[in-house]
Amino acid sequence: MQATTATKSAPSFKDRLLEALKGTFGTYFLVVVAFLIVQGFIATGSMSSALQGQLVPICVYVCAAVSLNLVVGISGELSLGHAGFMSVGAFTGCIMASMLAPIIPNDFLRLLISILTGGCFGAVAGFVVGVPVMRLSGDYLAIVTLAFGEIIKNILNNLYVGSDASGLHVSMSSVQDLGMTNGTVIINGPQGAVGISKLSTFVMGFLLIMFTLFVVSNLVRSRSGRAIMAVRDNRIAAESVGINVTKYRLMAFVVSAALAGMAGTLYAMNFSSVVASRFDYNTSILILVYVVLGGIGNIRGSIISATILTILPEFLRFMADYRMLIYAVVLICVMVLPNVPVVQRFMEAFKAKVPWLIDKDALEEPDLAEEGGNRG
Amino acid sequence: MSFSNISRRGFVQAMGVAGAAGAVALTGCGNSAGGSDNGGSSSEGGDGKFKLGGIGPITGPAAIYGNACKNAAQIAVDEINASDSTFKFDYRFEDDENNAEKSVNAFNTLKDWGMQMLMGTTTTAPCIAVSKEASADNIFELTPSASSTDVIGGQPDADGNVAEQRKPNVFQMCFTDPNQGVASAKYISEQKLGTKVGIIYDSSDAYSTGIDQKFLSEAKNVSLEVVANEAFTADSATDFSAQLNSCKSAEADILFLPIYYTPASIILKQAKDMGYAPKFFGVDGMDGILSLEGFDTSLAEGVMLLTPFNADASDEKTQAFVKAYKEKFNETPNQFAADAYDCVYVLQAALEKAECTPDMSASDICDKLVEVFTSSDFVFDGLTGESIAWSDTGEATKEPKGMVIQNGAYVGME
Amino acid sequence: MEFLTNLINGISLGSVYAIIALGYTMVYGIAKMLNFAHGDVIMVGGYIAFMTLFYLGMNPLICVLIAICGCTLLGIVIERVAYKPLRQSPSLTVLITAIGVSYLLQNLALLIWGSNPKVFPSIAAGLPSLQLFDGQLNISAETLITIGASVIIMVVLGLFTTKTKMGKAMRACSEDPGAARLMGINVDTTISTTFAIGSGLAAVAGVLLCSSYPTLMPTTGAMPGIKAFTAAVFGGIGSIPGAVLGGVLLGIIEIFAKAYIGTQLADAVVFAVLIIVLLIKPSGLLGKYVPEKV
Repeated sequence: MQATTATKSAPSFKDRLLEALKGTFGTYFLVVVAFLIVQGFIATGSMSSALQGQLVPICVYVCAAVSLNLVVGISGELSLGHAGFMSVGAFTGCIMASMLAPIIPNDFLRLLISILTGGCFGAVAGFVVGVPVMRLSGDYLAIVTLAFGEIIKNILNNLYVGSDASGLHVSMSSVQDLGMTNGTVIINGPQGAVGISKLSTFVMGFLLIMFTLFVVSNLVRSRSGRAIMAVRDNRIAAESVGINVTKYRLMAFVVSAALAGMAGTLYAMNFSSVVASRFDYNTSILILVYVVLGGIGNIRGSIISATILTILPEFLRFMADYRMLIYAVVLICVMVLPNVPVVQRFMEAFKAKVPWLIDKDALEEPDLAEEGGNRG
Repeated sequence: MSFSNISRRGFVQAMGVAGAAGAVALTGCGNSAGGSDNGGSSSEGGDGKFKLGGIGPITGPAAIYGNACKNAAQIAVDEINASDSTFKFDYRFEDDENNAEKSVNAFNTLKDWGMQMLMGTTTTAPCIAVSKEASADNIFELTPSASSTDVIGGQPDADGNVAEQRKPNVFQMCFTDPNQGVASAKYISEQKLGTKVGIIYDSSDAYSTGIDQKFLSEAKNVSLEVVANEAFTADSATDFSAQLNSCKSAEADILFLPIYYTPASIILKQAKDMGYAPKFFGVDGMDGILSLEGFDTSLAEGVMLLTPFNADASDEKTQAFVKAYKEKFNETPNQFAADAYDCVYVLQAALEKAECTPDMSASDICDKLVEVFTSSDFVFDGLTGESIAWSDTGEATKEPKGMVIQNGAYVGME
Repeated sequence: MEFLTNLINGISLGSVYAIIALGYTMVYGIAKMLNFAHGDVIMVGGYIAFMTLFYLGMNPLICVLIAICGCTLLGIVIERVAYKPLRQSPSLTVLITAIGVSYLLQNLALLIWGSNPKVFPSIAAGLPSLQLFDGQLNISAETLITIGASVIIMVVLGLFTTKTKMGKAMRACSEDPGAARLMGINVDTTISTTFAIGSGLAAVAGVLLCSSYPTLMPTTGAMPGIKAFTAAVFGGIGSIPGAVLGGVLLGIIEIFAKAYIGTQLADAVVFAVLIIVLLIKPSGLLGKYVPEKV
């Protein structure tokens, strides 16, 4: 639709470059350039600690948003429990990192293995949740994912894990019931995982974003990805041509949960403590906001909006008491203003000037109210 | 439909450009404002004042605690700056929404500002994360109210299990959770306040769970019978009828409430509604219940609590503080406020003793303050206790006072 | 006796959920949007009632009326400014806007009323509680009022939607907005009216919620809002009796889970029951199953 602006006659180099930048390549390019710029700032010591401290969380939210976009945008399901998978990844990753501490001294390797562990357990959780959830659709699916997210939070809030010389101890009631002596408490119920060694780095965050992008964009363009989108666009038609609807919906859901788990581990390893209540439905909704604001199905939009919305509240600190109020107003304005005619005309003019910003792979936004439900 | 969609996508892209520009501006700002501060090591005091940072939740569900700290510390700073002391403060408080991530952000923001010492953070979970950062940067941290032992670290439990290593630059103004749990159990058993104890605690809160667990293990030692140990979570903190019903059925004659005063006020009301009248025993989080706007204080009649602070106390210091707080913020200060107020004065006293100057780096100030705090002759008299001292574990030694509410006011219980 | 007490507590809690769920379900039925700001309108209703009740000392009934007027007005303003421009937009856009409105209301309340919780005075002050079985079973006046109010509201709403012209227009719009428009129904006005009614209900819910569970904070409405939303889906979203049934059942399950299964995992149990019910009956208890058409 928007992609037809340039190429009419023989494409020049500039045109071809522009064309390439509009695609997935452009998204990778954007991430790499942003990474290099930030590294440059860090190397010259000209970045404030406030911004530096946010780099890893930004990476986490970008990964979470891109992975949620796989479910909401590509697969067309409204999931409100994404943070639950992050917390599964966060806690299993913490346990793994803590177990590996004496075995693997290399921080980077330890983090990598922990993140992979988090991803695996995220996938398992995604599968366990996904199997029943895929029987439903629309708002019923949304509420069940929300319920699962809350259940995960509630269970993790009562989870006690420790390790001592004899191995790992798990309890659902209290530290005393772990039955260990002279050990280390890894997860301490509502106090969460404390004493995490801070392993996450911005480089790892960057690599995780690239990995997430790689997985999602390749899945979308694969045969399976086309099947997933076919199910989203018209379930009955997809079924009638022999696509296994449940399988492909589940595939998107599990891949998304795995990526969220990995992001969760990265998040947990960036702070010395992480609590389960951090990953409640508010966090799920926050990630959903990134996705919707960036454009449903638009990967690059998710990256940009996750970055901006993470920095924004910090940027507004000078507003003191009015900070979150302004944040709310900005959120409403961004959603409502594009539907006001005057703003629409302005945006059309703006878009004509900077065509390279538009992602040609961006998908038509599905209307979940009509797509997902049984309402036909 | 598609028109508006494309349009919003474009709008976001435009936001992207604006945001990128903003991010660059932010980097630039941090650069020019913070100078070349790496780890706050070369921050300068400017106009001869120490830069005191504060962190706590001033938005979100935990906002009452952060606001209390913010306001009370403001009063202390104003008083000090108006006095002829040479140790004055430049004070800045940042919001953390009771979230570890935002708390670290707030910490970094304060570091960019040139903070030399930190009064915070107010709540436990964020404090554990921030204290780690402060420890790495060697910035002195005194928390008014984060009471978990994980905040200071290095505290093995009864079985010798450790969760967090000691962070030598972090100190607490409040009691630690175990301290309160043990003290409460001892108090109840020594004073023979009841034979069958029921407990209602917040299982989603580190503070409450910490006290509950210590109380349970101490109860065994002093042979108190705990007949019900009921939990609730922040998500279900509106209705306690089921928990009260269980305690009533178990015939508990004293209810131990290691929780904050907001849920406690509902528990008192619901217990009365169902005609259940055990004795109630609270901890320092219960303080503030009498100043809740709209609360029927007759419900709290006979409630006992262990608290270091009492807004109705007759001593001059407390009365002056309560008066100043009421005038400025139109509210009665609670124990969080008192702890924060004390924090500022402790810091001033310690700076004076350590002979620090505002042009010293945060790290140098930290080393000197740690030395003073752990020295045996540094004691402090404040609103929350007399001759408070600190050991090198980071805990404050002060005795909780037993109070009982009579005719809508605290009365010492001995 | 313990069982009966728990049952009554459950019904009381459930009645509050039911009234909140009614607001959710009406708006959803007609506008097909999840109004996440509904819980925060409840909070505003609570504050308005608190102000009139505590500071001005008015009669509780008048306070409720003022709260209803205030919330209705607020609902209309929110609808005009935030939701109306999005009539043609995807439902997720509206959802995010609703979340924005929710943040806005919470933070406005924080600025206006401060972070210190207020204790809501009882609207049933002075009314005696009902004592049964020689005082072993104690039912407070608030509980009776709450249960009564939810029944009355359900009946009135049921009559309104079936008997009045506006109610019929609402049902027509929720069935098929296009056809309703062709029949000469002003869909826009109908949606706005639904919002107004939903917000008015939120005020009643706010007063009852705060009266039974008397702390009032800027975040008071958030969790009951989410639970009531769950209740609405539980009962079959869009259905008025479904919302009441879902709300009451959710309240009973919550109390029973706390009393008989364990307080630590009570929330998990509530949500697990919800999931099981939805898996067995995917459109909720009383929801209409609309078969998918090609």
